Amino acid sequence: MSKSIQEIQEEIIDEFSMFDDWMQRYEYMIELGKSLPLIDEKYKIEENLIKGCQSKVWVHAELNGEKLEFTADSDAIITKGIVAILIRAFSGHHPSDILEADTQFIDEIGLKEHLSPTRANGLVSMIKQLKMYAIAYQTQLK
Amino acid sequence: MSTATEALEYNVEKIREDFPILKREVNGYPLVYFDNAATSQTPQQVIDTIVEYYSNYNANIHRGVHALSQEATDKYEQARHIIQKHFNAEKAHEIIFTSGTTHGINLVANGFASLLKKGDEIIVSALEHHSNIVPWQILAEKTGAILKVIPMNQEGELIYPAFEELLSENTKLVFVNHVSNALGTVNPIEKIIAKAHEYDAAVLIDGAQAAPHIKADVQALDVDFYVVSAHKMCGPTGIGMLYGKEKWLNKLPPYQGGGEMIATVTFEKTTYADLPHKFEAGTPNICGGIAFGAALDYMNALGFEKIAAYEEELLHYATKKLLEIDGMEIYGVSKEKTAVISFNINGMHPYDIGTILDKLGIAVRTGHHCAQPIMDFYKIPGTVRASFSFYNTKEEIDAFIKAVIKAKTMLS
Repeated sequence: MSKSIQEIQEEIIDEFSMFDDWMQRYEYMIELGKSLPLIDEKYKIEENLIKGCQSKVWVHAELNGEKLEFTADSDAIITKGIVAILIRAFSGHHPSDILEADTQFIDEIGLKEHLSPTRANGLVSMIKQLKMYAIAYQTQLK
Repeated sequence: MSTATEALEYNVEKIREDFPILKREVNGYPLVYFDNAATSQTPQQVIDTIVEYYSNYNANIHRGVHALSQEATDKYEQARHIIQKHFNAEKAHEIIFTSGTTHGINLVANGFASLLKKGDEIIVSALEHHSNIVPWQILAEKTGAILKVIPMNQEGELIYPAFEELLSENTKLVFVNHVSNALGTVNPIEKIIAKAHEYDAAVLIDGAQAAPHIKADVQALDVDFYVVSAHKMCGPTGIGMLYGKEKWLNKLPPYQGGGEMIATVTFEKTTYADLPHKFEAGTPNICGGIAFGAALDYMNALGFEKIAAYEEELLHYATKKLLEIDGMEIYGVSKEKTAVISFNINGMHPYDIGTILDKLGIAVRTGHHCAQPIMDFYKIPGTVRASFSFYNTKEEIDAFIKAVIKAKTMLS
């Protein structure tokens, strides 16, 4: 049985709780960015670009059986780290589970400032985009 | 004058005491505010003026017969005179209060819609902020006028001979910024204005980025329109001014209709008020206007020459220190520039650098700075922009350099 979104989020919270300052958290996030399942070059197109980011973020979604899998990329390293964390939590789950999942864990791992809708990194748009994909593919599965 | 005397005369520590915000911490570090080109900080003297207005004489102006209205009107009109004197306009009614630079540009662009015809030409520069591009594109679309662009070079300077070639008897209007917001380049506006006038073209100068550093003399420049925002020069947001030569302001139709801007209204015919009220429809930002005057008084008491000399010192110090960092690329290296440094390191994303600097209490701007054509020219997504003001210090630059090195290490 694979882990639920909730379990993965708790795992991420555990990992981040080992750090006592922002610098270690950011260094770890930059590290995680390197493990991001990279989007195929052919999907790096305008329509897969997430609006509202200072940096470029592309996300692609594909169904694998009943599981929705995400790949992504960004031209900024910190953004890439944030995307990697999101995708680690959300990728490989049923669209309806993705739709139900909350994103509180971002706050809990000390990246609250990135959740602010006014921050120009588009994290909020990224989450919205992942959920939009989930809605689209959920309809397809029905 | 010896350097020692100059240093005594320019006491930055004493100046900093006027700015309460400079005492605060951000993310556990003392704030280093290097985003002055976006907005400047506000001295206590201006804050007091705002508090005084709302505490003592808040009233609507120009219409009331009561004492408060009279006081507020006097102060507001005094502010207009302070601004007139500062920019050396010939007449007070050539100073129009606006909500800021963007408003001033739109007011003029809108007015020219009735003066231009198909085939007329208007000239913009490659170094402009979007707010000095888009209103003119709208104007060109509306009128069928042709928009031409003065190109820039690698140093971030306008190519002046190319401007001369763009001019023709069809040229009706030229609009260029005095100083580029993204790069800090000071443009040769004296030459541009004089040359454009040979073709009877009107010239609008966007002074938003110049006004905090350079005291423009609109009569000496012989400029037709000059626009600024108060919040870049120690004043509040939401207020600015448009200077226009009387003959031009009389030629342009009103921008917005409403109270204040009329002489008589009947359903058959409305006649407009005289300048400046013709362009000041509705209740204005009264407190903002008065505070704008206070901000100019504050800066003039310090002295623009001293401010410019000190900022230049900061610019050279920071440029030298930044260039010691491996992989540093500075955009905009004109000899004539204000205290703005736009840079990237080794292809690192400006957003990444800005995020880490913020964590260290340092405020800079990252991105395209509302000047995408410049970023396209350099083929970069954006830059990190550090912009200095007269209240910044070399110690702050040292903290900033340390932070940039830290960011570079973390991101490598």
